[in-house]
Order: sequence, then structure tokens, then C-alpha cells
Amino acid sequence: MKIRVNGTERTLDVDPEMPLLWAIRDVLGLTGTKYGCGEALCGACSVHLDGHVVRSCVTPVRRAEGKRVTTIEGLSAAGDHPLQRAWLELRVPQCGFCQAGQLMTAAALLEATPAPTDDEIDASMAGNLCRCGTYPRIRAAIKRAAGIKGDEP
Amino acid sequence: MRIELVCGVAVAAAACGNGARTSTAPVELREVADHELRAVADFDGIRDRDARSRALFAEAGRVLMHPRCVNCHPAGDIPHQRLAMELHDPPVQRGPDDRGVVGMECTGCHQDRNQELTRVPGAPGWHLAPIEMAWVGKSAAHICAQIQDPARNGGKTLAEIVEHSAHDELVAWGWAPGADREPVPGTQAEFGALVAAWVATGAACPPPEEQ
Repeated sequence: MKIRVNGTERTLDVDPEMPLLWAIRDVLGLTGTKYGCGEALCGACSVHLDGHVVRSCVTPVRRAEGKRVTTIEGLSAAGDHPLQRAWLELRVPQCGFCQAGQLMTAAALLEATPAPTDDEIDASMAGNLCRCGTYPRIRAAIKRAAGIKGDEP
Repeated sequence: MRIELVCGVAVAAAACGNGARTSTAPVELREVADHELRAVADFDGIRDRDARSRALFAEAGRVLMHPRCVNCHPAGDIPHQRLAMELHDPPVQRGPDDRGVVGMECTGCHQDRNQELTRVPGAPGWHLAPIEMAWVGKSAAHICAQIQDPARNGGKTLAEIVEHSAHDELVAWGWAPGADREPVPGTQAEFGALVAAWVATGAACPPPEEQ
């Protein structure tokens, strides 16, 4: 099947029921997207499918056929998406394992809602868990990327 | 499972509590197991048309008011899950189109079919019922009135309600919820026949005092 991954059309010869995460990491070698819980409960594996956030650990690769998949590697050409810059400036990550998923969800949020309220940030980010507890910095970085003043540590 | 016709009102044990009332000439219906539905013919012995219609609705209500169905008809902005009707975890919200919010859309996790290994339930078009179709905490009488009100049922005619009940793919999930989840009673065909018979007998509802 053909899938457009980070702007490049890729041909995959895999079981259509293979989780998209497996195809991304093990077949295509894009290991920025992380395996967390494997049950769609933590958000570490979040990627974009035609711009919508999906949990790639529970999404069969057949669903992505003919569609656009964006992973953390494709969020920006040089790692300079406004969210990525804010993440660095505010030193958001601690261990970092969940952060690719956090960034992908945050990017979808800002694409749909360029100036989100705290409630909108919390509602959209509620499915992305961080065991290091970086939530205050995540929220602050989203607001900085959105050009919203205040709430910075 | 037993339904008695009491004072012209069919009281379903599952839908309306234990149904203990002062009984005058109850019409006994065939005993069925919790996972079964009575057939339309089981209600032929109820002579009064309105009473038969109400009894048919009470039987269909054993499906409608099952947590498997009610869980995605929340009265608030968060769906429920499991037989105990816990709030959905992860903490998703209804969103503007009853399909979640950006980043937390229903179909971000729920696929077009149940996922065997991860146990995530799925069916085509997974989404919440709109708030005007809220069933959580509502009585059989309320649901009966809502389901036939085009302003609160998605603009459907009663014929379309019958069709929806009998053939909708998301409704069908209730009988095939996957993993170890308890399905709703009977089959979708039996449920569709009950709803059709309820409509054919005038779509009578439980009296308001049952609310």
C-alpha cells in the first residue's frame, strides 16, 4: 500500500492490520514516535493522519492508505516549528519520552485553534501523559508558540 | 426476566426497577434470560393496543437503557464506559460536533472495528449522541418521548427510527462489543422488530409517573 509519510510517498508491503506505529518505527525507521502503553491511553505514539491526531499504536496501517502521515520528524524541516522552538526555550522535556506525542497534539491544536484558552489546551492535551510532570511547561510553551503572554515559569 | 401488565401498564423489571406494584390481572410474559429479548409474538396476548405498545417499548428499553448503549448518550460532555458507567478514561470531551476535541477526537483511538489485541472498541462513525439525545439518568418515558421527537432525534421519522434501530452500523456494535464486554440483549434483528412493532402499535410511551 502507498502512504505519504512526511511528504514522501512510501510503499509498504505489510499486514494491513499492522499498527501504524510498527510501520513507522520498524519498517520506515522513523523512531521519533514512541511506543508507550500500546493501548491508546498515554499519547506517546501520537501522529497526524491527514492533519488529525491519531494514536498510531492502535491504528491499523490500512487506515493510512492513500493518506498523509506526519510524524515528529516531519513537523518542520529543520526542527524549528514554533512549538519546537518554544519547547527548547522553556526547556520543556525532562526525560523526553512523551514529548514527540505532546508536540504532535499541540501542533494539531494550534493549527485548529491558533490562540487557545487554558481550557482548550487542557482538553486537547488531556490524552498525552507525562510521567515527569512537565505539564506546566508544556502549557506555557504552547502559549509562547501561540504568542500568548503570561503563564511562563 | 419478567414483565407484568399492571393496570394497563407493562412494567419491565430491567428498565423500571423491580416493578413491584399492586397487581390486577397481570399478563405474564414468557421468562427469558438477561441476554435474550422476547419476540414480538410474545406480546400478542396483550389485547389492549396501547398496553401492548408500551410493553414492546419496555422490552426494547432493555437494549436502549443498557450501559452499552447509554454510555455514549451522556447527559454531559464526557461519555461513560463499562457496565458501571464510569466516566471515559482518557478524559475525552464531547467537542463541537460530538466527535471529540482537536487532539482528542473519538476516531483518534476508536477504529472502524473492534481492535482485538488492544481491546479498543470500534465501529464505523464512532461518536457521541448529541446532547438532545442524552439518555444517562433519563427515564424510559423520557427516552420514549425523545426518540420520536424529530427535534431531539436527528430529524428522523418513526420509519427512520425503525431503520436506524435495525440496521445502523454503530447501533450494531452493541451486540458485538468485542473483547470481554457484555453485549446488549438479543440480536439487532430482534430489536429492530420490537421497535417496528412498537411503532406499528402507535408508539405508546410509559406514563409520565414512571419518570
